[in-house]
Amino acid sequence: MGTDLLQYTISGLTVGVIYAMVAIGYNIIYNVTEIINFAQGEFVMLGGLFAAFFVGSFHFPVFMAFVAAVLSTGCVGFAMERFVVRRARNAGVLSLIIITIAVSILLKGSAMLGYGKDPHCLPAFSTGGPIMIAGAALQPQVLWIFGVSTLVVIALTVFFRRSLYGKAMLACADNPIAARMVGIPVRQMVLLSFILSAAIGAAAGVIITPISLMDYDRGAMLGLKGFGAAVLGGLGNFYGALLAGAILGLAESYCAGYLSSGYKDAVALIFLLLALFFKPEGLFGSETARLKKF
Amino acid sequence: MNKNDRWAFAGMVLLIAVFPGIALKVKPISHYVDVMIFAGIFSLVSLGLCMLMGYAGQVSMAQAAFFGIGAYSSGILTSRLGWNPWMAMPAGAALSALVAWIIGVPALRLKGHYLAMATLGFGVIVHIVLGEEVKWTGGPSGMVDIPGLKIGGWKLISEVAWYYMIWAVVFLALLFCLHVIHSRVGRGLRAIHEEEMAAESMGVPTARYKVQIFVFSAILSALAGSFYTHYVTCLNPGSFNLMWSIRFVLMVMVGGMQSLWGAILGAVLLTFAGNEWLQVFSDYEILVYGAMLLCVALFLPGGMVSLIPKAIGIFQNVQTSLYKR
Amino acid sequence: MQEACFPDSPSILEMCDIQMHFGGLVALKGIRYTVPPGIIQALIGPNGAGKTTLFHCISGLIQPTFGHVLFEGRQINGMLPHRIARLGISRTFQHVALFKSMTVLENIMLGRHPRTRSGFWATGLRLPAMRREEREIRETARSHLDFVGLGDSANLPAGTLPLGKQKILEIARAMATDPRLLLLDEPAGGLNMRETEVLGELIQRIRACGVTVILVEHDMNLVMEIADRILVLHYGSQLASGTPMEIMDHPEVIEAYLGGG
Repeated sequence: MGTDLLQYTISGLTVGVIYAMVAIGYNIIYNVTEIINFAQGEFVMLGGLFAAFFVGSFHFPVFMAFVAAVLSTGCVGFAMERFVVRRARNAGVLSLIIITIAVSILLKGSAMLGYGKDPHCLPAFSTGGPIMIAGAALQPQVLWIFGVSTLVVIALTVFFRRSLYGKAMLACADNPIAARMVGIPVRQMVLLSFILSAAIGAAAGVIITPISLMDYDRGAMLGLKGFGAAVLGGLGNFYGALLAGAILGLAESYCAGYLSSGYKDAVALIFLLLALFFKPEGLFGSETARLKKF
Repeated sequence: MNKNDRWAFAGMVLLIAVFPGIALKVKPISHYVDVMIFAGIFSLVSLGLCMLMGYAGQVSMAQAAFFGIGAYSSGILTSRLGWNPWMAMPAGAALSALVAWIIGVPALRLKGHYLAMATLGFGVIVHIVLGEEVKWTGGPSGMVDIPGLKIGGWKLISEVAWYYMIWAVVFLALLFCLHVIHSRVGRGLRAIHEEEMAAESMGVPTARYKVQIFVFSAILSALAGSFYTHYVTCLNPGSFNLMWSIRFVLMVMVGGMQSLWGAILGAVLLTFAGNEWLQVFSDYEILVYGAMLLCVALFLPGGMVSLIPKAIGIFQNVQTSLYKR
Repeated sequence: MQEACFPDSPSILEMCDIQMHFGGLVALKGIRYTVPPGIIQALIGPNGAGKTTLFHCISGLIQPTFGHVLFEGRQINGMLPHRIARLGISRTFQHVALFKSMTVLENIMLGRHPRTRSGFWATGLRLPAMRREEREIRETARSHLDFVGLGDSANLPAGTLPLGKQKILEIARAMATDPRLLLLDEPAGGLNMRETEVLGELIQRIRACGVTVILVEHDMNLVMEIADRILVLHYGSQLASGTPMEIMDHPEVIEAYLGGG
């Protein structure tokens, strides 16, 4: 009984971290542009598939494949902003929604053509069997997942709080006209936000693939659940995203273990709906966040 | 209804009425009648969605869920509980309306992206339920042997009979929607779309109207689902997933979001595209839909219907320049 | 049932200790004022003084953080804006919130919304009662159109009118709701002298019909010309109130707003 709980907790936190990273991707783009990028989940999918491709076809060592996948997906993010989103900046909210949904379908369709429908796998980052903790098995890859994501969060916090670029990006969301007037190149900031989001999503995709494989269809679900974590944690709030991701991952894992594994996907979605309906500023949102136009 | 609408309506009725007569005589396209039946069913969905998106300005990525609720209600009530299909249909519509109301009241307080995500999430939840409740829905393999429809004792078997029946329903729905658009309620909806604050300040109960239209579109989708069930006589959850919700949105956008005619045109075009022309490209189907959606959203936000005044404009320009010679 | 804070004076609108806090920002610091019926009440003050915020509190678009608003003795803060419109308060907006893709006539017809009843199903089925109502709406809208002098523009898209006529149209739309209190938010903004004259005349005709008007304006000539009473706001506080002559001589007002000498 106790080992089961521990096992579910480990797998819940593992997947929760991935949701948190997807949520952070949403937060970055939202912080700079107030757009919700419906294609966020596809970046995760692409990260995993690109890495599998580099390992499978070019026999890259896994770390190189990680970097290559992150860079490639970053380019996809670049292309998305540069060629699609930029054109639509003045379109209505409805158009923007349709456009990002359209891009997500395009990415999914391309991935299906390029990689087929079968799931792909990656070798784990380090060899070795599972580490036993009080009867529960902890895969070494899980430690990599926690490690990489912690690094990402620290790097982002430093970037947004300390660096000029980061602060400039935050200024753009707050008041694009004022930002432009003090010389901040708003367009480049928007572009940067898409590239960063794509890169982080891809990183999440690469680190999870050794454990749960990756196929072309996973993007939509990951995107939805990641958005749930973003809303639950308060849109734009990185630490909130981490905590909310953990909550969602644990809830999903416990549901799969103790209630019904068929409905596990619905758990995160129900949290999403409840958050949107009753507390759209999230668990950690402030009073001013509530005043934003939900 | 104004004059243009009357002409368009009459024209469409005429086209639809003579179509089977022509199609059945020409061997290669004789199965188009079957395709047009599906087009009619999907037109019901796109009409409701057009009212919601084009007129009230609210987005819904959940139409496939309501389509599915109607379809499975009809399927379960008729094949497992022995109900008369014509009683099961309103029951399915009522259930869909109830669910739409429960979800709609909190969801439609949200705007733009958040509403889209909420409806997306809801749609996926319904899809999961349809696949999981094996006892009722047959799970992923679905249900078979669903009874067909009878009108007053005669079994509706022939394609041509189905064709005329479904398109009669579509025209009734179209008429209803046209009446709403050209009325106080229609003006209220358009006002909500354009300047919600001003509409509310002029006495339009915006929250209530949004929910009403959402429920109406759910009812139409559910009816369409019921007809679908009795036509194909089998069901599986794969026909009610997110891709289908996106297809319905695409139908409305391709045809023209602000035009009921566009909604029907879009449904017809995309049904043919899906059934006929994409058979060759079935692997590319998702890609093609994505590209279409993107191009329409970026370059032709008014849909195909917006091409008509442009085409007339070009035609007139050509005429005047020819006369100048 | 809230008690009136000015129980002895006849009034159409009472604002009792209205405060508005937006997070840390205090937009209204405690407005306590009563408007007698049948007058043109001007509301002036520099930008940011809280005038439009006060309008939003009255018309129901936002809820005051403290205090209450009484309309004809009845508490209206907390009601949804569309209910307040049905009770008899209507307004225009600073940014001319017309329905630009609808025609001029359709905009005014929309104004009849709170006075009509046909619901969704009645209109879809085109019941006879609805058809009658639709005819009535059209006729009444036409007469409002003629009242403001826009009769020939009936079928033009509202967005194609010049700004002066758009402002007039917005007023006509608000009048179509049959209000007893009309809130006008900077109706003269962007208008030239001639257009402002026409506007002033229209507002006086509206008063003659028995409608009380509250007017937010920066055009002091217009205000002095037509207002019966003036209330001055400054950084969310009430600075002074009185007749135009009294306000013109008021030392604090002169210093804060009218330019100090």
